[in-house]
Amino acid sequence: MATPNTPLWEVFIRSRNGLAHKHVGSLHASDATMALQAARDLYTRRGEGLSIWVVPSSAITASDPADKGMMFEPAESKIYRHPTFYEVPDEVGHM
Amino acid sequence: MYTQALNTSDADDRHIEDAARAAAFQARIDAEERIEPNDWMPAAYRRTLTRQISQHAHSEVVGMLPEGNWITRAPSLRRKAALLAKVQDECGHGLYLYAAAETLGASREELVDLMLAGKAKYSSIFNYPTLTWADIGVIGWLVDGAAIMNQIPLCRCSYGPYARAMIRVCKEESFHQRQGYEIMLTLARGTDEQKAMAQDALNRWWWPVLMMFGPPDQASQHSDTSTKWKIKRFSNDELRQKFVDATVPQAQYLGLTIPDPGMKQNEAGHWEYSAIDWDEFKQVLAGNGPCNHDRMAARRKAHDEGAWVREAAEAYAEKRRHRQTAQAAE
Repeated sequence: MATPNTPLWEVFIRSRNGLAHKHVGSLHASDATMALQAARDLYTRRGEGLSIWVVPSSAITASDPADKGMMFEPAESKIYRHPTFYEVPDEVGHM
Repeated sequence: MYTQALNTSDADDRHIEDAARAAAFQARIDAEERIEPNDWMPAAYRRTLTRQISQHAHSEVVGMLPEGNWITRAPSLRRKAALLAKVQDECGHGLYLYAAAETLGASREELVDLMLAGKAKYSSIFNYPTLTWADIGVIGWLVDGAAIMNQIPLCRCSYGPYARAMIRVCKEESFHQRQGYEIMLTLARGTDEQKAMAQDALNRWWWPVLMMFGPPDQASQHSDTSTKWKIKRFSNDELRQKFVDATVPQAQYLGLTIPDPGMKQNEAGHWEYSAIDWDEFKQVLAGNGPCNHDRMAARRKAHDEGAWVREAAEAYAEKRRHRQTAQAAE
């Protein structure tokens, strides 16, 4: 008999207070409580974190890699959004 | 962490792929870009990686068995704590790898079922028994040492999730090798009996460890495809040579003898080893190694005996979902 599938969760860990939670991987668990416990065992065996988020993988909406151009190219062509685009004479000093 | 170069690539159905997409894919690989799960990839690339990563995961999980055999008989609390932590790590490595394999579209359950059905391979090294405590030392020192040689280049593998899993694994792996060497050093500095035990373990594991790097380059059929796709960065023989060169001085420091009387150092400084018995390797892969039967039986037993836990967890989650739905409806 085929083993039934257990839901997939994405795990995010905050390494130190003040830093954002960062995606570290995924795991399988039947519910959120078990997912948190498994995340503790699987991703923080060496003091990697102070806080864990688990999110059902099915709840994530991702952008399509095929839309990469449409999504991100407009930002690349707008160099005037960066401070280095503007000329300020050296005499003015740091700005 | 125990990858083994017994993976072959599927190159046979590339002609049916869209040629332009395949060319664009190869250009990305050549430019050292990482391929991510939702990106287009040739079906053979997906299949090759699914097989390689899942075999790697199975190897981690089966790899817990020979060492688990000694947890209750470790000679001190310090050694027991270290061995327990190491075996936990191997389990963790298996799980990181199953997760990486799943990003290619297979489910973990499906991959595990294939393994339990005997339709998927795992590293040949775990089909050898751990007869004495010194075997635990040799596994850490040499088996993990060989695995690290294999895995460091995989940290730069073209497939992003696999490369990221490997980075995490390699960070954790260094402790495994060092604790193994420490066990060997303690035995080698011990009584004559302890030293003899260390030498005996080295004698039994040396050749199987060299086989972990996979068949010699001339006999490795499809590794050129894996190389082209930048899944594989060094050939089996190159990695084997690096491993031997790194290991010989470590054995000399221990005062142990590598069981290869024909071994000699060439002018370039490399240690040339004698011919490997590839028939033994084939036999072990074919299921005829000393422990193949035991390992599979142990995995199946654990899986079957854990079935009620999976069912209970699912039933509880289902009950909670019902309760929440009912409360929301009130």
